[in-house]
Amino acid sequence: MDWTRFFNVLIDGVQLGSVYALVALGYSMVYGILKLLNFAHGDIYMIGAFIGFGVLTVFGGPLSPNLPLAPLLLLMFLVAMLGSGFLGVAVERFAYRPLRDAPRIAPLISALGVAFFLENSALLLFGSQYRQYNGFELIGTGGFFIGTVKITWINLLVVSSAAGLMVALMLLVSRTKLGKAMRATSFDREAAAMQGIDIDRVIVWTFFIGSALAGAAGVMAGLAYSSIYHYMGFTAGLKGFAAAVVGGIGSIPGAMAGGLLIGLAESFTAGYMNGTWKDAVTFSILVLVMLVRPTGLFGKPEIKKV
Amino acid sequence: MAGKRQNPDEITPRIGADEWVGREQELRLARRGVTGWARSLVERIPAVVWLAVFLGIAALLPLLMNTGDLNRYGLNVAIFALLALGLNVAVGWTGLLDLGYVAFFGFGAYTYALLSSPHCFTDTACGVHWPGWATVPIAVAATALLGLLVGLPSRRLSGDYLAIVTLFFAQLFLTVAANGDRVSALGLTGGVNLTGGPNGVPEVDPIEIFFIRPTTVEAYYFFTLAALVVVAAVLWFLIRSRTGRAWTSLREDELAAELMGMPVNSLKLLAFSIGAGIAGLAGAILAAEQTGVFPGNFDLSILITIYAMVILGGAGSMPGVVLGAIVITVVFEVLSPTTNPDKISLMFYGAILVALLVKVRPLWRLAFVLGGTVLLGYVTHTIAHAISASATQGQVVSGGWLGDAIESIAVVPLDPGDWPKYAYVALIVAVLALTRLDGWRRTLLMPPTLVLTVFVWENLLLLQPTVTRFILFGALLVVMVAVRPQGLLGKPRVEIV
Repeated sequence: MDWTRFFNVLIDGVQLGSVYALVALGYSMVYGILKLLNFAHGDIYMIGAFIGFGVLTVFGGPLSPNLPLAPLLLLMFLVAMLGSGFLGVAVERFAYRPLRDAPRIAPLISALGVAFFLENSALLLFGSQYRQYNGFELIGTGGFFIGTVKITWINLLVVSSAAGLMVALMLLVSRTKLGKAMRATSFDREAAAMQGIDIDRVIVWTFFIGSALAGAAGVMAGLAYSSIYHYMGFTAGLKGFAAAVVGGIGSIPGAMAGGLLIGLAESFTAGYMNGTWKDAVTFSILVLVMLVRPTGLFGKPEIKKV
Repeated sequence: MAGKRQNPDEITPRIGADEWVGREQELRLARRGVTGWARSLVERIPAVVWLAVFLGIAALLPLLMNTGDLNRYGLNVAIFALLALGLNVAVGWTGLLDLGYVAFFGFGAYTYALLSSPHCFTDTACGVHWPGWATVPIAVAATALLGLLVGLPSRRLSGDYLAIVTLFFAQLFLTVAANGDRVSALGLTGGVNLTGGPNGVPEVDPIEIFFIRPTTVEAYYFFTLAALVVVAAVLWFLIRSRTGRAWTSLREDELAAELMGMPVNSLKLLAFSIGAGIAGLAGAILAAEQTGVFPGNFDLSILITIYAMVILGGAGSMPGVVLGAIVITVVFEVLSPTTNPDKISLMFYGAILVALLVKVRPLWRLAFVLGGTVLLGYVTHTIAHAISASATQGQVVSGGWLGDAIESIAVVPLDPGDWPKYAYVALIVAVLALTRLDGWRRTLLMPPTLVLTVFVWENLLLLQPTVTRFILFGALLVVMVAVRPQGLLGKPRVEIV
């Protein structure tokens, strides 16, 4: 067995999984609190990638940036996260909030409409051509070796910043007052409201944080895979979705584990079989998990009460 | 809703009121005004009369249109109406969010195409040419079965999971369709050309059912119309049957339906698979009519288009979704690069004007908005011209008298650069702001928004009609669900607390 190849594929999988996990977190958090599948989430990730690219272009583009690398990357992440966050809040305010007490199917259709609106607006604004982040020009193809396995700086950057964001999220949810309010709201929205928690504020923050994570994931995808285009959000959204469900929708560690699992599965399919069929592999995992354990790996079984 | 004036006419959930009382209140409200009068008129005429009127108009279409227009407006409306009726079974009647619907449409089309075309599966196995009386039922049955299979894994789960599985399935179908030209079972066989890959399956035979063999657009138009009538008739009786009533009760309250002893899972699967079967039929007709199938015929924009039809017309109402199919298909076909931009513009400005005339009251407010728009447009035009002559020298895309009128109030630069894109974002913000404002603030903001609309339309949207139509459909879904969830012809839902 060729172990170098194995580990290369593994590293690719972890990198892809980190991106999916960040996307999945947004789905999962929103679902946990509103019980709403936010189909527009993938497109917020796409917009985040374009915002990051815009910042990069303003500062000279990937080939001749006129800022040192570290502040430039920081600025790209920051602006993309802020922009995506505000976009997510706007989507919630105008598309989902009016439907909070509507039948379950209504916000789903609205979400579908928002996703399509964002995607085509991006097509209108940015055109259909692929934009190149040129991550390897920007950051360099260098890296370090563990044995014969090369880990590039981009690998390291993507995985470590994703891990950092997830740790920050975990701390936020478990340690702060806002996190407590989020957990309470997701446990029982009405009861939380009766305890004096401002539900609207919690929901707005949830959308902001989830969308900001998606925006960061968009920039990471741009750096790691270079090409960004208006349709990228749809597939990434589906994968993030699958990751959230596999891990147990509504559960934060579940979304991380699910993201990693999906990322690894895709990377091994592409590395050892045929890259065309990675969607099929993800789909099979999804269906399998839903048949065997519908609540996902980390989800708690839901008891229906009347 | 603190601070917002309560509308006394609004149907509010009342504690202790039962369904009958709720309906009575709703009926009383619906009877008022011109729309109420029209609705009660619509309800008093029996369905058969409506069907006859619809068919009478439909039968006249080939006399009024040339072949190209009949294909675009007649045949496409008929196929999409069929699709909308099928989706309505799952979404409108049973309340299942079927996002893989477009894949069923495609599966039916591919099944038909593979069984009646010179397509080669391997080098030696070429050209299956079965007759239409066999392939069409096979396509319908196979698609219905596929619907059943896709529904199975999510049968015990809430509607959300069904949405995920079906959406994934739609994506998977596209992958298979676009890459299925070299399928090999674990590398053992030589590779089977299952779907023709990105080139699709060309040279599909016409549907041959005994002595019928449609080959012209007119013939397919009547064939599809006949299929539409048969399907609509079957569905009309179905929704009035025991099963139909069970579906709607399931939609209203799944738990209650289950407690009443209804086989919830089988009912869901049945609805799902009947919808899929109808999509399969539409797919077979499409394959034969355009003598080929291509992966691009079944992408997600078609899914959104069908959803826009069902939601616009009114989920659950059969005349509603057919009306939705007519309206959306006409918009879809008008907003295409082959249409004369004059016509598109005329419809666009016409629609805005009609919306203003209907929605803006009282009259002084309407006069202010219209006058303000023209005045503001003229002023910006003059200022832009004074700053730089080239800022107004661009060619207004709309022509004729409309173009002249727009020319004098719109800013159309020779080389607008990125300005239309910024204006587009500003327009979205302005429209969103309009929904949050009321009273004089809203009135005041309307003229600038309209001027901005004209600018964005002339400089950006009109140049890319295909993108514009999908932006419109996406926005339509969001707006309809929030403002008028029952659609144009659907019955408003009465909430019982």
